[in-house]
Amino acid sequence: MPPTDTTPEAPTPDNAGAGGGSTPGDAPTTDESAPAAKGVSTHKDAAGEGEAAAALPHGAAPGIRFEKVVKRFGDNVVLRELDFTVEPGERVTLIGPSGSGKTTILRLLMTLETLNEGVIWIGDQTLWHMDRDGKRVPANQKHLHEMRKQVGMVFQQFNLFPNMNVLRNLTEGPVRVLGVSKDEAVERARSLLDLVGLADKINAHPTQLSGGQQQRVAIARALAMQPKVLLLDEVTSALDPELVVGVQDLLRDIARQSDLTLLCVTHEMAFAKDISDRVLMFDQGQIVEEGPPDQIFGEPSEQRTRDFLQAVLAS
Amino acid sequence: MTWNWEYTGEILPDLLSGLRYTVIATLVGYVIALILGLVWTLLRRTPYPAVNHAVRWVTEFIRSTPLIPQLYFVFFVLPSLGITLSPLTAGIITLGVHYSTYTAEVYRAGIADVPKGQWEACTALNLPKSRVWLDVILPQAVRRVIPTLGNYLIAMFKDSPMLFAINVAELLYAANRAGSVNGQFLEPMTMVGLLFVVVSVISSILVRRLERRYATH
Amino acid sequence: MADVLGSYNQWLAGAWLTIQLTLLGGALALALALVFGMAGASRHAWVRGLNRLYVEFFRGNATLVLLFWFFYALPLIGLRFTTMFAAVLALGLNIGAYGAEVVRGSIRAVPKAQYEATVALNFTPFQRMRRVLLPQAFALMLPPFGNLIIELMKGTAIVSLVGLVDLTRASKDIQGSSGETIAAFSVALVLYFVIAQMLQLFVRYAERRVDRMLGRRLPSEPSLGTIAAGAPGAGVTG
Repeated sequence: MPPTDTTPEAPTPDNAGAGGGSTPGDAPTTDESAPAAKGVSTHKDAAGEGEAAAALPHGAAPGIRFEKVVKRFGDNVVLRELDFTVEPGERVTLIGPSGSGKTTILRLLMTLETLNEGVIWIGDQTLWHMDRDGKRVPANQKHLHEMRKQVGMVFQQFNLFPNMNVLRNLTEGPVRVLGVSKDEAVERARSLLDLVGLADKINAHPTQLSGGQQQRVAIARALAMQPKVLLLDEVTSALDPELVVGVQDLLRDIARQSDLTLLCVTHEMAFAKDISDRVLMFDQGQIVEEGPPDQIFGEPSEQRTRDFLQAVLAS
Repeated sequence: MTWNWEYTGEILPDLLSGLRYTVIATLVGYVIALILGLVWTLLRRTPYPAVNHAVRWVTEFIRSTPLIPQLYFVFFVLPSLGITLSPLTAGIITLGVHYSTYTAEVYRAGIADVPKGQWEACTALNLPKSRVWLDVILPQAVRRVIPTLGNYLIAMFKDSPMLFAINVAELLYAANRAGSVNGQFLEPMTMVGLLFVVVSVISSILVRRLERRYATH
Repeated sequence: MADVLGSYNQWLAGAWLTIQLTLLGGALALALALVFGMAGASRHAWVRGLNRLYVEFFRGNATLVLLFWFFYALPLIGLRFTTMFAAVLALGLNIGAYGAEVVRGSIRAVPKAQYEATVALNFTPFQRMRRVLLPQAFALMLPPFGNLIIELMKGTAIVSLVGLVDLTRASKDIQGSSGETIAAFSVALVLYFVIAQMLQLFVRYAERRVDRMLGRRLPSEPSLGTIAAGAPGAGVTG
């Protein structure tokens, strides 16, 4: 099996330029993100991984930037002029009360919701806009299709396809969308199932699996598409309590062994602490507080963060 | 061959008198279907397996065989048993009985559609059986079945031209007669087609309104 | 009774025509249902408009009226069909309109989360439909399709009024020649019932296969939604 970072979908030259990181010519990158971007994609040691981990996507991951992003549902403003940046390869957890707009951020990045105002950058390209005759115009389907190649998502309810067995859930995307040969897709599916510990379930039907197993398959399915950015939307919320830890351990391993830019929405504070480089606390469509997990969970400076953490820990 | 408006005007009164029979057959048949359907449903809930099975097969038989041979059966066979019916009466009865097997199925499904938790709540509250049915189950079931029953009224209206087979003077019969008397079929047949579409479209809009009003989701 | 059963050649020929009409009309109806049903689930308003136009016109009309129209009226403006073709057309167009509503409703009934997963996997709109939405919607379509094919089979009896010798017409001919009214019409009804049961067995078999494919089990008795969906004169809501 060839190194995965030379597969057909990888060579998009978006931000793979040496040393350039996510500092594009026309992208208004903030000052503090430019130096941080350098070499981010290599700052994790790729050596010493297990064989199965070879299935994980590697290569320069793009950063993400929200600029004055507004999202409304009718009269309800979910995100109000939101600004934030995620560095390439950074692992960020979004916490906050429900309805604070965390999941909407992931759904905007996955193009499941349309953007109302503002700009979202993935690497040096805008997600919801494209360039035409030097002007920034709303993206068409083709542009969205190109942009989605970098992004993968794992859902709260797994969303496996019930009309396909486990293997086809994992190969359908690579074969139909990425144009990978069938043999290669099957090979990759096998190593991903190894990785998530479900090699024996390759021919099983999704409904024959437990929730935890289904979620592992869903994680493998997202990884099979070789994304550079992985979105985790409350991935353990729908699981029975005894199955949560297994999925969390798996995600922790994946996060450590890959170069993915990771955005994670969760209510499991211990998991958030474990997996993330940085935590963003949301309330009413705005960031209340941000910082490394130790700081947010240890000595939050905002009253709202303290209230929220207290409420979550009490439950 | 072009459209003749004058001729269209001439045959219109004939068509309207045909429409009268169509409407009568549909409405009276519908009343029969609603009542007889209820009878089937109640019989299927009796504790006697023999009755239950017999009703099931009889309704299944009536539902899965076509209306026209059923019309022939009622109109031509009953006289040999001493019961002579006018074409219209035979048509109404057949239409009503045929569709009663559909309404029976609607009633059954409507009752089955009431969530199991409702029955369990009644048991938990120790309600007497009559209260369970009258206050809890039926009000919910009726809400669910009203739009579907409305659809069957439209369906019966659209099946009523089959009464033509036993020479009931309904809309299609009137059009066919006008056509053969004058040797001109285009205008009467097109008019009948348009009438059906107009009535059906208007009534399905009404049914959709019912659906929204009684929406249970 | 002996006379009636003695004319089994006529019965067989009649039943065969009824079956032929059912299969040909069913094939046409299925094709129309899929095309117009998918049109009804389209993102483009004008494509959905085509669906409404087709569905409202052909569902709103009585098959028999449609048949008379094809048979008597259209030849006058130069469109001439064989009786068989006119019959298949009338039956297929009519049941196809109900089928289109079933297809549209079934596609819309596939959970939105499935659609979202196809977006997350970057499927093209065509692939979303072909690989995920239609296969899953198909399971929802089958029970109402089962109702519709039986409605179509029953509908074929209208051809007896425009001169085709199907099961109904054969029974009338045999009744005329033998004078055995009860026996003739009873045999016709029983034969129709047998055909309907065969169709039902086939549909049940298809349902079981699809359920196995999707790894789920459907209730043994049809739900209100299924009855409403397959009802002549009904649409699928939701």
